[in-house]
Amino acid sequence: MFDFLEGYDVLGAFWMTVKLTALSAVGSLVWGTLLAGMRVSPVPLMRGFGTAYVNIVRNIPLTVIIVFTSLGLADIFGMTMGAPDDFKVQGFRLAVFGFIAYTAAFVCEAIRSGINTVPVGQAEAARAIGLNFNQVLRLIVLPQAFRSVIGPLANVLIALTKNTTVAAAIGVAEAATLMKTMIENEAQTLAIGAVFALGFVVLTLPTGLVLGWLSKRLAVKR
Amino acid sequence: MTSVLYDTPGPRAKRRNVILSVVFFVLLALFLWWVWTTMDEKGQLKWDLWEPFTTTQAWTTYLLPGLANTLKAAAIAMVIALPLGAVFGIARLSDHRWVRGVSGTVVEFFRAIPVLLLMLFANEIYVRYTDVSSEQRPLYAVVTGLVLYNASVLAEVVRAGILSLPRGQSEAAYAIGLRKGQTMSSILLPQAVTVMLPAIVSQLVVIVKDTALGGVLLNFTELLNSRSTLAANYANVVPSFIVVAVVYIVLNFILTSFASWLEQRLRRSKRGTGAVLAADAVDDLNAGEVGGTAATGHGGKT
Amino acid sequence: MKLRKASAAAAAALVLALTATACGGGDKDSDSDTGSGSGSGGGDKIKIGIKYDQPGLGLKEPDGSFSGFDVDVATYVAKELGYDADQIEWVETKSADRENALARGDVKLIAATYSINDERKEKVDFAGPYLLAHQDLLVKSDSDITKATDLNGKKLCSVTGSTSAQNVKAEIAPKAQLREYGGYSECIAGLQSGAVDAVTTDDSILAGFAAQDKYKGQFKLAGLKLSNENYGIGIKKGDTATADKVNKALEKMVADKAWQKAVDDNFGPAEYKNEPAPQIGNIVK
Repeated sequence: MFDFLEGYDVLGAFWMTVKLTALSAVGSLVWGTLLAGMRVSPVPLMRGFGTAYVNIVRNIPLTVIIVFTSLGLADIFGMTMGAPDDFKVQGFRLAVFGFIAYTAAFVCEAIRSGINTVPVGQAEAARAIGLNFNQVLRLIVLPQAFRSVIGPLANVLIALTKNTTVAAAIGVAEAATLMKTMIENEAQTLAIGAVFALGFVVLTLPTGLVLGWLSKRLAVKR
Repeated sequence: MTSVLYDTPGPRAKRRNVILSVVFFVLLALFLWWVWTTMDEKGQLKWDLWEPFTTTQAWTTYLLPGLANTLKAAAIAMVIALPLGAVFGIARLSDHRWVRGVSGTVVEFFRAIPVLLLMLFANEIYVRYTDVSSEQRPLYAVVTGLVLYNASVLAEVVRAGILSLPRGQSEAAYAIGLRKGQTMSSILLPQAVTVMLPAIVSQLVVIVKDTALGGVLLNFTELLNSRSTLAANYANVVPSFIVVAVVYIVLNFILTSFASWLEQRLRRSKRGTGAVLAADAVDDLNAGEVGGTAATGHGGKT
Repeated sequence: MKLRKASAAAAAALVLALTATACGGGDKDSDSDTGSGSGSGGGDKIKIGIKYDQPGLGLKEPDGSFSGFDVDVATYVAKELGYDADQIEWVETKSADRENALARGDVKLIAATYSINDERKEKVDFAGPYLLAHQDLLVKSDSDITKATDLNGKKLCSVTGSTSAQNVKAEIAPKAQLREYGGYSECIAGLQSGAVDAVTTDDSILAGFAAQDKYKGQFKLAGLKLSNENYGIGIKKGDTATADKVNKALEKMVADKAWQKAVDDNFGPAEYKNEPAPQIGNIVK
C-alpha cells in the first residue's frame, strides 16, 4: 500500500524541514527581539529603522525574499555563507537567512505587543528605583513580556514551520520539493498528499499544544 | 506607551542618545554605501537595466497583466473563502458537539498544512480528475489552495469576532425570545462583521503575498511570474526583482493602511459595543494557532 | 448612526474593490473561453503553444508581439494550414504543461523547444523535426571550459528540475556544483556576475540569450554535443491529418529557404553553428 514511498527519502526531507525551522526560529527570535528593542527605544533613528524594517519586510512575499537571497545576496553581494563551493550547503544557509529576515518582523511585532501588555506601573516602578532604559527593558519588561507572548510566538513558529516549504523555490531538498517530485512521478496523488499533510500536522500540532499549555502555565497572573 | 519605558531624557541621556543616533546612522550609511557600491561594481545600477521601467510597454505588456492576475486570484479567493469561513466559524460555536468537532477538525487540519502543498496538491487533482483547461488550471489551483487555507483562518476570525461581543448581546436576544438562529443572524453577525472588518482586510495582504507561491511553483502568471518574461526581454534580473518587490510593498502597504484606518475609525465610534478585532490579530491566527485560546483574547482589548 | 455609516461605507468600499477586480478578471475569462472554443473547433482562429521567455525561440516582446525561431516556424506552418498571422492566438505553454495542453485540445500545435522522445511520443504525436539542437554549455568568452569534464569543481546553472543538468552532474562531471533557478535568464545573470561558471541546456536556447543586445560578445557556446534534441511540433495524439499537413509545410519551408532565413534572423548574431535542416521523420538519437 505504501510502496509509492519506496526510493524517496521522505523522512530525510522532513528532517530538512525541521532543521530549517529550528535554525530559523532561533535566529529570528534573536533578531526579532533586537528589532523590538529598537522599536521601543529612546533613539528616534532606531525606532524609525525598526518600523521601516517591519513594514517593508512584512509586505514582501516570502517567495521574493527567498529567491532574492540566492540571486541577490549570493550572486551580487557575494554572501556565500561560508560555503562558496558547495551549493547545497549554501542554499540551505541562504534559505535560513531569508527565513530569519522575514520571520523576525513577525517576532518583533509579537514581542512589541507583549511589551504593551506589561502594566504601565511595572515600568514606572522600575524607573522610580532608578533603572535606566536598558535595565527596565532587560530586567522588568521583557521577562514579563516574553511570558505573555509565548502564545503569539508559538503561532509564529508554526507559521515558520509551514513557510519553510518556500525554500523549494531555490531548490533546498525539503518536504515540498520532494512532494512536487513525487506527485509528478507517482500515480497515488491522494496518498502522497495525505502523507505530506500528515507530516506537517505531526510537526505543527504538538508545537501548538505544548506551547499553548506552556503559555497558560507561564502567563502572568493579573 | 513606549515613553513609559524611559524618563524624559536629561542632559546626559540626551548626549548619549545623540551619540547612539550618530553611531547607528554611520553604521546604516556604511551598510547602504556598501550595498550601493557592490551593485555598481556588478553593473546592476546601469541605467539601461532600469530604463525599461520608465517605459509604458514594460508595464502594460508584462507587469500590469501580472498584477491583474495577482489581484484576481486574491479577490476570488477572498470572495469564496469569506462565506465558507463564516460557516465554519459559526459551526465551531455550535451547541451540538459533533458539529463543533467536525468543523474544528477541518479548520485545524487546513491551518496546519502549508499553502504551498495545498496548491501543488490541488493542481495535480485538477490535472488528473477534472477538465480544466491548462491555461486556467494554475489559477484554479492557486485559488483552491488559498481558499482552503484562508477559509480556515477566516473561520477563526469570525469565531473570535463573535466571541468578542459582550455576552449581554446574546443574553438580551434570548430574553426577548429570539431563537439561536435568529440571534446569530440578526444580533451577533451584523455586529461581528464590523468588528472583523480590519482583520479581514489585513488577511487580504496575506492572500496577495501567497499568490506569489503559485507563480514560482505552478507557473501561474501573476506579478512575480510575469517578471521572468520581462527579465528575459530586458536582461535585467536583479532590477526586475527589486521593482516587483516595491510593487508588492506599495500594494500591501495600501491594504494595511486601509485596515488600520478602518480599525481606528471603528474604535473611535461611540456607539456599538466597542469591540474591534485588531488588524494584526490575523497575523497570529495565520500561524495556525492550534489548541490555544489566544484567538479570543484579541477581541476585547481596546 | 455614525458607526453604521462608517461600517457601511467601509463594507461598500471593500465590496466595490473586490467586485471591481473580480469583474476585470471575469472579462478576461470569457475572452479566453470563447477563444478556446473556436481554437479546438478549428474555426477561424488557431491556438499555438509557444514559450514566452526564451529569446531567439519564443519571446513576448515589449509591444506584445512575439518573436523567435519557434514563432517563425509556427507562423509559416499556420499559413500553410490556412491561417494568417493575425488568426494565430499564441498561448504560453510551460514545459510541464505541454502534453496536457495538447491532449485536452487547449492548443492545436505546440512549437516550444519541444524535443521528440519516446516517452512523449506515447502521449502526443510529433511533426518534424524542424531543428536539431544539442545540449551544450554557455560560458564566458574568456572561459577555459572546453569540454564537459572541465566542469568538475565548477559551478553549473540550470532551471529547477532540468534533467539535462542532472545528467551532466551524474554522468560527466560528478564534482560540479549545480545551482537551480526558476528560469534561464536568472542563470545567465549569474553567469554574467560570475556566480556560476557555465549554464547548460539546448544550444539553441543558449544562443538566443547570448545574442541579446545586453549580453552580445560576453558569452560563447562551448560547442559540445552532449545530446541530440530533435525539436518537433507537438500535435494531439492520433491527429495524423494535421501531422501530415504540418510535415508538408515544414518541407516547403526548408525548400523555399524560409527556414534558413528564420535561422539567420534569430540565431545569426550568436555565432551559433546550426545543424542543417533535418529531414522530416529523421530523428537523430
